[in-house]
Amino acid sequence: MRRLYDPIYRYWFRVEWEGLDNVPMSGGALLVANHAGAIPPDAPAVMHGIEEELGRPIYGMADFFFRTVPVVGTLWSRAGGVPAHPENAFRLLHDEHQLALVFPEGSKGPSKTYADRYRLRRFGRGGFVEIAMRAGVPIVPLAIVGAEEAMPILFRLPTLSRALHVPYFPVTANMLLLGPVLGTVTYFPAKIRIRVLEPTIFDVEPGLDHYSKSRVMDEAERVRGRIQDALHDMLRDRRSVWFG
Amino acid sequence: MGRRVLITGLDTFWGGRTAQALEADPSVDMLLGLGTTEPKVPLERTEFVRTDQTYSILSRIVRATQVDTIIHTFLETSSTRVPGRVLHEINVIGTMNLLAAAGATGTSVRQVVVKSSTHVYGSSAEDPAWFSEETPRPSPPATRVERSLVEVESLVSDFAQENPDRTVSLLRFANVLGSDIVTPISQNLRRRVLPSVFGFDPLVQFVEEDDVVRSLEHVTRHRLGGVYNVAGSGKLPWSEVAGIAGALLVPLPPLGTRTAASLFGSLRLLQFPPELERLARYGRGVDTRRITEAGFAFRYTSAGAVASFARANNLRRSIGRSDDRYHYEQDVEQFFRHSPAVVRTTEV
Repeated sequence: MRRLYDPIYRYWFRVEWEGLDNVPMSGGALLVANHAGAIPPDAPAVMHGIEEELGRPIYGMADFFFRTVPVVGTLWSRAGGVPAHPENAFRLLHDEHQLALVFPEGSKGPSKTYADRYRLRRFGRGGFVEIAMRAGVPIVPLAIVGAEEAMPILFRLPTLSRALHVPYFPVTANMLLLGPVLGTVTYFPAKIRIRVLEPTIFDVEPGLDHYSKSRVMDEAERVRGRIQDALHDMLRDRRSVWFG
Repeated sequence: MGRRVLITGLDTFWGGRTAQALEADPSVDMLLGLGTTEPKVPLERTEFVRTDQTYSILSRIVRATQVDTIIHTFLETSSTRVPGRVLHEINVIGTMNLLAAAGATGTSVRQVVVKSSTHVYGSSAEDPAWFSEETPRPSPPATRVERSLVEVESLVSDFAQENPDRTVSLLRFANVLGSDIVTPISQNLRRRVLPSVFGFDPLVQFVEEDDVVRSLEHVTRHRLGGVYNVAGSGKLPWSEVAGIAGALLVPLPPLGTRTAASLFGSLRLLQFPPELERLARYGRGVDTRRITEAGFAFRYTSAGAVASFARANNLRRSIGRSDDRYHYEQDVEQFFRHSPAVVRTTEV
């Protein structure tokens, strides 16, 4: 499956990394990124990239909803996907010293429409900060540009999503141009750039049951702010959606 | 003074095997087994008492025999063998009577060992990859088996809280496979089929039957209180189970699975009870670090348990059903245990 994805990573999205040396080569670390695109292409790009460039396994944390979808859920878990349960994250980071990737925006990220592109949503309830504190690992923020344009959402159909029990039902530009079937599985060839920011190391004692909620929220907000700033910086230098 | 042990469900696979294992232990003075039917395995010195399935006479037996340890193996963890009503009677009411006997004032009981199942964690999309003994289940109990086991466990934990001077051991076993045990999964695999849900290939755990008996013996011998997960290390994909056992994977539709399963079930082609159906969708894994840290060493991994079943199944296929199975004869057993004509050399 990786071999099938590699050409997409290399030639379709032409993924480019900056600051990869900010990802630690050993020990646990929590990678935190912005999330976008109706069916977000950023998760596979980051996961494949880290494994190719650094030769380290990485586990992507995703919504439980994935597991309930036949075939998709199984493929996702075979590719290194893990349901986003705090215990899973803690075990990976603390007990097994692995890299984990989270998208704290959750489904609010990919479900935003094209008009709101590159505007980060709320970072959940800061759960990712708490896990990193408890596991005693650094947070490595990632800013990803390009995923927004690969499958932009024009509008959503809330009635349909409710009827189908899915988090959101998007109507994408891809669907309008390529038809409902091809448009669901085809991304636009947007250039994806990923910038790895300086890791954040928390000076708190690991292993506690509770951490100050206000501290957690502040830190989450700070990480969000840094990613947002990096996105603006990258977009300032971007000349073309398709060629970077 | 040696230990005096009472085992429930002597006529079931678990009770019989545990009694056999404890008979070899010289520190056990007396073994007593309860069962609704006759024992299925040959026993040397275990006394057998026939009771009803809810053990209404248990407190009298405990008073009369002064047992210090009760091993409760008679919990039904599959909905295919008994109707739901009976399941509740056996699991919940049976345990209630048992704990009442063990908690009576002035009772001789010092340790209660309960054989539960990892079904208490359920199986849902919201599950963590590995459940520790303390992880709460994210989904409400969905099947009859789960509901009754959850109720049993709450009775047991209440009992442990009310009686801090007694050792209460609760073992949660993953799905069991091995050379002899009959479960819905093994029945399917013997017919060389394994039902699955289309598009799902979850990771599951198994524990080998010998490890089950050894772990019950381990917590009894070392008087280990508390809750322990018992499962072979590692997980394996559902499809791999069929692969190792040489069975054909039969995918049922992801929508209307229940209907399809009951259709196949009524045609006696497949056994796919609701508790397995959820497992075949989302799988389950439990963390067994606690029992290994308590000194227990597993002999089989999860995949090893499946392989052990497959090997026994190959043998069965080659030689057919062995007909030298044991039949319990009340008079013969009584003679060997109590007749003055029998010379007892083992007695010290």
